[in-house]
Amino acid sequence: MTTDRIVTAPSARALSVDGVSAWLAGREVLHEVSFGLDRGEVVGLIGSNGAGKTTLLRVILGLLPASGTVTIGGSIGYVPQQVMLDPDLPIRAADLVGLGLDGNRLGIPLPSRRRRQLVREALRAVDAERFAGARVGALSGGEQQRVLIAHALIGRPALLLLDEPLANLDIRSEQEIVSLLARIASQQQVAVLLSAHDMNALLPVMHKIVYLAGGRAACGPTEEVVRTEVLSDLYGHHVDVIRVHGRVLVVAGRGDDQPGEAHPAEHVAPADHGELRP
Amino acid sequence: MSYLLHLVFAPGFFGNGPVRVALLAGGLVAVVSGIVGAFAVLRGQSYAGHALADISVTGGSGSYLAGISPLWGFVGVGVLAAAVMDLIGVRRPRGRDLATGIVRGAGLGLAALFLYWAATSSSSSGTTISILFGSMFTISTQTVPLIVGLGAAALAIVGATYRPLLLSSVSGDLAAARGVAVRATGVACLVAIAIAVSLSAMTIGAILSTALLVGPAAAALRVARRPGLAVALAAGLGLAATWLGVLLSYDSYYWPPAGHGWPVSFFVVALVFVIYLAAQPAGAWRARRARRREEGGACSPAS
Amino acid sequence: MTGTWIVGTIAAVVAGAVGLFVVLRGAAFVADAVPQGAFAGAAGASLLGVSTLLGLGVASLAGALGIGWLGRRGRRDVATALTLVMMLGLGALFLSFSTEYAPEVEALLFGEILGVSPGDVVPVAIGGALCVAATVAMFRPLLLSSVASDLAAARGLRPAWVESAFLIIVALATSMTLPVTGALLVFSLMIGPPAAARSVAVRPELALGLSVVLSVATMWASIAASYVTNWPPGFFVGALGAGCYGAGRVVAARRGSRRAGAVRGARSLAGALSAGR
Repeated sequence: MTTDRIVTAPSARALSVDGVSAWLAGREVLHEVSFGLDRGEVVGLIGSNGAGKTTLLRVILGLLPASGTVTIGGSIGYVPQQVMLDPDLPIRAADLVGLGLDGNRLGIPLPSRRRRQLVREALRAVDAERFAGARVGALSGGEQQRVLIAHALIGRPALLLLDEPLANLDIRSEQEIVSLLARIASQQQVAVLLSAHDMNALLPVMHKIVYLAGGRAACGPTEEVVRTEVLSDLYGHHVDVIRVHGRVLVVAGRGDDQPGEAHPAEHVAPADHGELRP
Repeated sequence: MSYLLHLVFAPGFFGNGPVRVALLAGGLVAVVSGIVGAFAVLRGQSYAGHALADISVTGGSGSYLAGISPLWGFVGVGVLAAAVMDLIGVRRPRGRDLATGIVRGAGLGLAALFLYWAATSSSSSGTTISILFGSMFTISTQTVPLIVGLGAAALAIVGATYRPLLLSSVSGDLAAARGVAVRATGVACLVAIAIAVSLSAMTIGAILSTALLVGPAAAALRVARRPGLAVALAAGLGLAATWLGVLLSYDSYYWPPAGHGWPVSFFVVALVFVIYLAAQPAGAWRARRARRREEGGACSPAS
Repeated sequence: MTGTWIVGTIAAVVAGAVGLFVVLRGAAFVADAVPQGAFAGAAGASLLGVSTLLGLGVASLAGALGIGWLGRRGRRDVATALTLVMMLGLGALFLSFSTEYAPEVEALLFGEILGVSPGDVVPVAIGGALCVAATVAMFRPLLLSSVASDLAAARGLRPAWVESAFLIIVALATSMTLPVTGALLVFSLMIGPPAAARSVAVRPELALGLSVVLSVATMWASIAASYVTNWPPGFFVGALGAGCYGAGRVVAARRGSRRAGAVRGARSLAGALSAGR
């Protein structure tokens, strides 16, 4: 099983995934997934737990072998799933962001004005300057998230990958991170691909959606993909797409459906999920 | 026929007094270690077990200085150390390992001091060796009832806290929600571990007692699915390793190079290690069989 | 006696530098297990009549890599415990073969400060320099993988390689420090002072420096105390190591409560501001 993973010089097409299939412990987790993103686009990778989101991200990163082709136009910045950082770690936010520049190089980084400036700029871009000197382990979940985003951005990547960045965040932090990501995408012309199991927080900023169910993906603009027919076909059994107050609910089909319905949809968003957005 | 028997059981094996005591005491200790060890491994406390074993060295050397039976020293200091470890108690596994290491370092430092005093006060450097590496063939028959008593105490602790222990090994929060006194259960388990390793310190030595605690249990957990079965298997494997170790050590009396037998603690540890290695592929094979059984009934998305 | 001070200082520098990452990576048990396993190598070496330092080095390496290999296949803590005990068992076996080894056992296990000969200085210095150089070279990858292994993996640093390299460094470091502090207590130097350093210092470079300073201070105090009282140096290393750790915990706790107070203050301020909106 070999992935053709091609990294080209920076280009407008930041990511191209063609016919990627992946296996984990003998099970096919991804089946012929294809989509692409351009710089400046924000794309949501939506699916329930176990749908294959993290697997797909790892394939793109080159950490997991798969079949198919992955083409990346530039470098990748990666923000992994939230890890509770050790409060005793002797690493400041500024240090962690600096490691984003050269974390794989040998030796101790020599103090350099240019490095300090780049770090400052990255922290400013994510609104994290005020806790640059604090221990990373002492920051709140949302603050740590920003620092990790700055860490990923400092190398000026073409593609920013985030694995479930909104999980475990309170609603205010969630909204802040989402608007931050949209701002970064347009200001720095970075392609942003983030995974989530609830698409509602991302609806205002998503250009496209990659919807994963049972290892297969449907991609395209949100209005085209998130429809009853498309998703029912993807899931292999009937689901209803209900739009309420500008939010989307994907609900499992009625009781008289065909046998073999094994994946009840889990995307029922809570009814009181924050304020309405214009 | 008798030739074969003699090949396996060197002459005089069953009639030999120390051998009989070794089999009895060693067997008891192995069973207790295996059972308690199953919980130690389940809770990821192999290091704590090892630390407690080493700290019991402090107890052993201290009791030698004080002139009391080493068993009391082992157990007393071991239980004390267990309490200290829980007191320092840190929740995160990394922090917990660090704290364990520190306690071990301090405890062993104390042991070094005691051994030094013991060595200067009475010239017998052999004590160090026997404390550290065990003296299965020189256990006195009077110690056996003590071993039985302490072993029974350890088993009683584990038996009484069986269900809370299992539940809190899976998830501390889950257990707390069900009204389990998670902290108390943890301390109880540590105390049981301390007793178990102190007992095996007598037979195979403080330094090596972790083998009987961790090895058979880890092997059993790989192979058995049900907790009761795992515990029983751990005890059985430990017993087998100990008895076989005693046998081999007895048989090795005339082996090169020294002509006074290879140490029994070496055989026991080596056997435990082999058992553990053998369990690895067995565990993987079992997992694959289980997964194949699951997939037979799973459904895949239509077309 | 000068040999003792020199070797002791080198050992402390190495322990402080490597120990910082032992603490950050939560590898206390491994760092503990490797030198004990090395004891078997020393016993074997003395049997064969080879230099004990060489036996130590080979056994530490074998133990460290064995732990790494077994740890990838099963539970890490069990693998460490069993590899350790197996090697100790071998050590016991070798010991039983040679009867004239008994008094040296204690020295090897608990440290023999006065037993360091001038001839030992050069190999220890070279080994120590190698360790420190390797640690400094791997500084950033080790740091990154201590924060989150995914971050390092995304940058092309395979976790298995970083781990193996780290284990080799630990093996080398413990072989260097073993003759001074003894097999059973090497690691006290490697976890006590560094634990304090990382709780006190905020920047990684500062933490490294402080770790080395505290470690050297601990070693000097232990050598001096051992020389004066004739008690084994391992005792002082163990006690002072625990002291460092304790001090570090106190600092961290004060920092935690101070920060909690600050956060409470900040949150109430934010609450007041937004309520007023």
